[in-house]
Amino acid sequence: MSNEGAAATAAPAHAEVTRRVKTRRVTPRQDGPWRQRLEITLFVTPALTLMALFVVWPIASAVRMSFYRWKGFGPMDDFVGWRNYDRVLHDQVFTDAIVHNFTIVILSILVQLPLGLAVALLLNRKIRFRGVLRTVVFVPYVLAEVIAGVVWFQLLQPESGVVDGLISGIGLTPPEQGFLGTPNLALGTVFVVLTWKYLGLAILLFMAGLQSVPEELYEASQLDGASWWQTQRRIAIPLLGPTIRTWAFLSMIGSIQLFDMVWILTGGGPANATTTMATYLINQGTGRYNYGIAGAASVVLFVIGFVMALAYQTFVLRRDTQTEG
Amino acid sequence: MFASACGSDSDGDSSSKGGDTTITWWHNSNNEPGKGYYEQVAKDFEADHPGVKVEISAMAHEDMVDKLAAAFQSGDLPDIYMERGGGELADHVEAGLVRDISDDAADEIGKIGGSVAGWQNDGKTYALPFSMGVVGFWYNTDLFEKAGITAPPTTMTELYDVIGKLKAADITPISVGAGDKWPAAHYWYYTALRSCSEDVLKGAVTSLDFSDPCFVKAGEVVEDLLKTEPFNPGFLSTPAQEGATSASGLLATGKVAMEMQGHWEPGVMQGLTDDGKGLGDKTAWFPFPAVEGGAGDPAAQLGGGDAWAVSEGAPDEAVDLVKYLLSDKVQIGFAENDMGLPTNPAASGSVKDPALAGLLEVRDAAPFIQLYFDTAFGQSVGGAMNDEIALLFAGKASPQDVVDATQTAAADEG
Repeated sequence: MSNEGAAATAAPAHAEVTRRVKTRRVTPRQDGPWRQRLEITLFVTPALTLMALFVVWPIASAVRMSFYRWKGFGPMDDFVGWRNYDRVLHDQVFTDAIVHNFTIVILSILVQLPLGLAVALLLNRKIRFRGVLRTVVFVPYVLAEVIAGVVWFQLLQPESGVVDGLISGIGLTPPEQGFLGTPNLALGTVFVVLTWKYLGLAILLFMAGLQSVPEELYEASQLDGASWWQTQRRIAIPLLGPTIRTWAFLSMIGSIQLFDMVWILTGGGPANATTTMATYLINQGTGRYNYGIAGAASVVLFVIGFVMALAYQTFVLRRDTQTEG
Repeated sequence: MFASACGSDSDGDSSSKGGDTTITWWHNSNNEPGKGYYEQVAKDFEADHPGVKVEISAMAHEDMVDKLAAAFQSGDLPDIYMERGGGELADHVEAGLVRDISDDAADEIGKIGGSVAGWQNDGKTYALPFSMGVVGFWYNTDLFEKAGITAPPTTMTELYDVIGKLKAADITPISVGAGDKWPAAHYWYYTALRSCSEDVLKGAVTSLDFSDPCFVKAGEVVEDLLKTEPFNPGFLSTPAQEGATSASGLLATGKVAMEMQGHWEPGVMQGLTDDGKGLGDKTAWFPFPAVEGGAGDPAAQLGGGDAWAVSEGAPDEAVDLVKYLLSDKVQIGFAENDMGLPTNPAASGSVKDPALAGLLEVRDAAPFIQLYFDTAFGQSVGGAMNDEIALLFAGKASPQDVVDATQTAAADEG
């Protein structure tokens, strides 16, 4: 739609530009809106086109797919109304997957936030090897997710894996079916690997946030006789608020979309103990060719993510954007 | 090579003398000797059919599967491609994507015999299987000897006995890639095949009716097997074929005594060992044992294979090429190059590997070969079935649950 508009305005606008050059000195403001509109159109059209092609259209086609029974080929003509949604929302595998996603969301914030904060505060002190340590904590985040997943998968192999070796080395008995093969342990194990992988990002963001806390505030508190701990609690952490809130937002979105690590470590198993919404829809779509059901699941995932993002923006991030704007 | 006239390769009636005809052919033999062999086959065919050009795309298997899925979606298929049969084929037939070759290839169909059943729909044949194998136990003769086992088991009781002996000798009896689900599901398929009569199975495949109690019995036999704790530690998350810690890797590296797998197992194991030999001459094979009291024929086998299909709208010459691919000459060369298990009986004698030759004998002696249930029922029902069987392996579903989940998925199909 915007394409046609651009094409229609392009020709007269061109002539106008040449005219405008001559008359610019006399009436600079009269042409302003016109020119502005043209510029906006010119700059925004490519981005909008890409957005429409790769974001809006796929979402629209997923929504369309979700109302049909379709195997991935042939005409899409078996309209089933809300049936796919009914299936998805009453499928225990999917509802369990939602629970798993939110378990990861909550655990991430409960565990990674204090841990990341602690490490960031420590690394913000002048200690030996600070540069090296700062790099080391960030290394897992730089590793490609798939590589990290494959490495951990091997480390966690029952009996032959390094983790089991270490555990039996200190005289404990590792779980018989391995950490990834025991339904009750699998999700926790995946979470530990995720924490190992993503803690670096939290630490990096928190450290960056700490850099922006003015040195004078620390000095002032020291003059007032505050201890290191008091300085962190009363000054550093409160001033880190916006950074923490932004990190939590990123973490939540990541946890809701969680796929790669789970897919490599467990594929959603054992006994569906680690399924996420994303593994469910991949399984239904490319695995079972139930594209309608996969479409419905992806729409549900989209709505959950969208509502969460919107609510978070409105209720939590509003303060930050207001003070900045 | 291209004629200046418009390429009309979709016209079935273009004569092979006047206009040039191009046949596109996708296959997954992308390594030597298979790749070169098929190139030669295409050249020979071109020599016999002037004006016909065969355009081959040899791809890695996974790539081919992905590209085929996209081709089915767009409807722009190669002239000759691989079909796995069963429910998937039925969907392709329904969507009008695949050509009926019942009459054109009647001779070949007669020659292949019973194996072709998996690629038939409503009495019509849509593809010719060129390689067909059966699933059974691959085992390590050294480890069997070590545990004092003299003969492979022929009944479930004997299998439990073998498992007991291996465990007594401190050897993990069986590896299974239950993380990928289908290797676990194959156990249930086999116990169903042994517990249910041929009529019940045939009925189930066509009507998707699983109410016969033999299907619950199948799950109970699997439960009995699980009670002997025969599987490798962590089997619930073990992949089938990837890496040395996969189910096939464990067998290839001598960590377990046996694994139930398809005819591709020796090749998979070769890829998983550094010397490229797999288990080498320690490799042996025995068919799935009989289930005591089961209504199924102990000689019936579970299997599947690959078949050449011709897409709808492909030139007639494509059908000729498929027929040529099933000819004595091409199938013998196919067997001699270790590319699979030929379906043309004339080529049976050309399989050199002793373990595979034994497997072929069992296959040819089978009263019927049941196509893997997940393939036979199609991805949707088969996937639901496999997921529930994986839960049965984890102790999280009962034999009745497996039947119920399959029946529910089947009802959705209706």
